[in-house]
Amino acid sequence: MFTPHTQKDVEVMLKSLGIEKIEDLFSVIPEKFRYPKLNLPEQLTEMEAAADLESIASANGSTKELLSFLGAGAYDHYIPAAVDNLLQRGEWYTAYTPYQPEVSQGTLQAIFEFQSLICQLTGMAVCNASHYDAATAAAEAAILADSHFRGKRKKFLVSRAVNPQYRAVMRTYFRPHDDIQILGDDEETGIGTNMAKLIELIDKDTALVLVQYPDFFGRIVDYKPLIEAAHAHGALVAVATNPTALALLTPPGEIGADIVIGEGQPLGIPLSFGGPYLGYFAVTEDLLRKISGRLVGQTTDMAGNLAYVLTLTAREQHIRRGKATSNICSNQGLMTLAATIYMTVMGKEGFKEVANLCYQKAHFAADQLSQVDGYQLAFADTPFFHEFVIKTERPVDEVLEWLRDHDILGGYDLGQDYPELENHLMLAVTEKISREDIEYLTAVLEEEYHD
Amino acid sequence: MKYPQELRYLKTDEWVKVEDGIAIIGITDYAQDALSDVVYVEFEIDPDDEVSAGDSIGTIESVKAAAEVHFPVSGTVLEVNEEVVDAPEMLNKEPYAGGWLVKLQVSDESELDDLMDAAAYEAYCQDR
Repeated sequence: MFTPHTQKDVEVMLKSLGIEKIEDLFSVIPEKFRYPKLNLPEQLTEMEAAADLESIASANGSTKELLSFLGAGAYDHYIPAAVDNLLQRGEWYTAYTPYQPEVSQGTLQAIFEFQSLICQLTGMAVCNASHYDAATAAAEAAILADSHFRGKRKKFLVSRAVNPQYRAVMRTYFRPHDDIQILGDDEETGIGTNMAKLIELIDKDTALVLVQYPDFFGRIVDYKPLIEAAHAHGALVAVATNPTALALLTPPGEIGADIVIGEGQPLGIPLSFGGPYLGYFAVTEDLLRKISGRLVGQTTDMAGNLAYVLTLTAREQHIRRGKATSNICSNQGLMTLAATIYMTVMGKEGFKEVANLCYQKAHFAADQLSQVDGYQLAFADTPFFHEFVIKTERPVDEVLEWLRDHDILGGYDLGQDYPELENHLMLAVTEKISREDIEYLTAVLEEEYHD
Repeated sequence: MKYPQELRYLKTDEWVKVEDGIAIIGITDYAQDALSDVVYVEFEIDPDDEVSAGDSIGTIESVKAAAEVHFPVSGTVLEVNEEVVDAPEMLNKEPYAGGWLVKLQVSDESELDDLMDAAAYEAYCQDR
């Protein structure tokens, strides 16, 4: 056991306590419980332990050796070497915004640039320093809407085509609030793209409407009519986004979104078995004071030099005490930095190129797959970005198992979240997938069908 | 520091003026001076709300702090001064005039008896 005390320190402390040995401190604990013999294996040397752990880790499959078409909210993009190289500099090594933030000008500048880049991407006026992931950002959007209407509007409408995990986290956040209804994502309201059924549910008691863009199934839907209907009833609209798609799509800010959230993982953050990821959260200027978390601003110091400050933490506990509407006092510092470096390294054109490659390759893949017997493109009339749904004749788990035997992660089985989409497989295609990869996938599926 | 004679005061630094059963409420000169530059006013009530003495009117944020403001008396909210939402600096410039916060139909004027007059409030402030 490592303790920073010298033998002499220990003796002084024991003497002042009036006891002879450290064990005397535990004399109130019955003797038979005091030093239990633990059933542990023999200790290993560092070399043995490293070999042991490596052998356990090698049982994991990863996108390094598998061909992956798995997306559903997390995407396997190429990460330029510069991202990790800059990220791993010791100067950055704290996940926290420091408690005396202005001392860390570099950290603040990185956050400021992140906020600015996300504002450009989403078409919004204000972006905060980030959240844990898109799911918690979605829940914060609902909290913002609740506090915006001072708890007087009770309905939170969520499209069924929003990532099921975001919806689940929202429900967890609001579980203690019996009076709040989260609705609109039932099977009857459905996953249709004309939004008419969701629009029907909007009324004067609606605080927020949440949709996803592209939606969970990768589809690009025109939300203008929905946004207009929500605003006609005074409700706020939040749009969950994929940042890569925003390189090509009209930013939600330009079609009237009040809140834009999203998953920052595609911006230079590895899949890493599900985290840590990065949620971004942007709003219109009207909602500036309602934003959770913290905002970094740019200013000048007394000598006129450019400087960065923690401008606003309007909703946090140390400012608002009991009136705080969010307990988010932190941000995903390191992930924010990764995203900032990624976006900067890619540049405006490079980032668009990535998005365009994803789009083109996904459409090529969808086209190829729908020519295989027993596979059919679902939602064929709706435009999509880099993810699409294939209806399969065989059960999806059988298809996935067959593909896995050929070192392919085939995609996401939608039946596990959507009973109405049994036998529907969702595939994501990023710029990392080559034409040969797509042809291999098609060939393996053709082989299976003729088996 | 100004302590107008015709007003009643709270220890939490709100003032109230009642005329014909209608109360006008704001924060005092002392309060705006202690807060320094007010940058944001957020109301938590709307016209027609029934409120009791002690209920929250809303929150005032300055460059230094966020402070909650309370109703000195009970009644029905008649009007909320939306102008201070767009121009929070009115609370600093004219705490007893353009910087007023709410108008209230008072339900029980006897509640005013519990409040301080100008002399008592001035003495209280000088002691702080």
